[in-house]
Amino acid sequence: MVSGYRKGREVVVKRLLYVNRRPPHGTIYGHEGLEVLFTGAVFDQLVTVLFLDDGVYQLVRDQDPSALGLKNYAKGFRALEELGVEAICVAKDDLATRGLVPEDLALPAALVSREEITALMESHDVILSF
Amino acid sequence: MVTLHTVNKTPFERGSLASCLKYAACGAVVLLIEDGVYAAVTGSEGAKLLATRAHEIRICVLGPDLEARGIGAARLMAGLEIVDYEQFVVLATQCERVQSWL
Repeated sequence: MVSGYRKGREVVVKRLLYVNRRPPHGTIYGHEGLEVLFTGAVFDQLVTVLFLDDGVYQLVRDQDPSALGLKNYAKGFRALEELGVEAICVAKDDLATRGLVPEDLALPAALVSREEITALMESHDVILSF
Repeated sequence: MVTLHTVNKTPFERGSLASCLKYAACGAVVLLIEDGVYAAVTGSEGAKLLATRAHEIRICVLGPDLEARGIGAARLMAGLEIVDYEQFVVLATQCERVQSWL
């Protein structure tokens, strides 16, 4: 579904929802999700990011996986606001279930309810899952 | 408009099915594929989860994945639709978007 075109650039603009449901360092999903997210944002798409289930762990502040020989890719999420991402959303219930509060997160995110998450999924053209 | 949700893990391996059923809108289509098809076995934990939303969402199961795992029609919970690969493609094109609960 085409939402519009940017004049003179022939860029099709879609509403993209990125759903992150995995914890950060045990698999490559989170890191790759961020890379794909950057691609969408850089190409002027309307991007919303949603952290759900164990995905909420990706946003926890002060992560340091250097002893694992891994890059702290999660720092990259802080660049999202500058790239013009529409919204960074976190499932309210999933944060609470894991004993976390918004102050534990590395960036300001919108806390969203179950109903709001359903509405997010229904209002985007494409959903990308990681 | 309608979203197609695919689930490809057993309800014991991951919480994908529970999350899917938590967030799927009324009228959505949920398609069980790969190891996700085990949820359709009657009397199982997965079937109990599916039953909570069966009145308001359309639940489909991929037939070849059932056959591959030796799950006959007699062992499936009531109210499911068994689809083949062609019908999977039709569902994916008819629905406005696809959410993969990996």
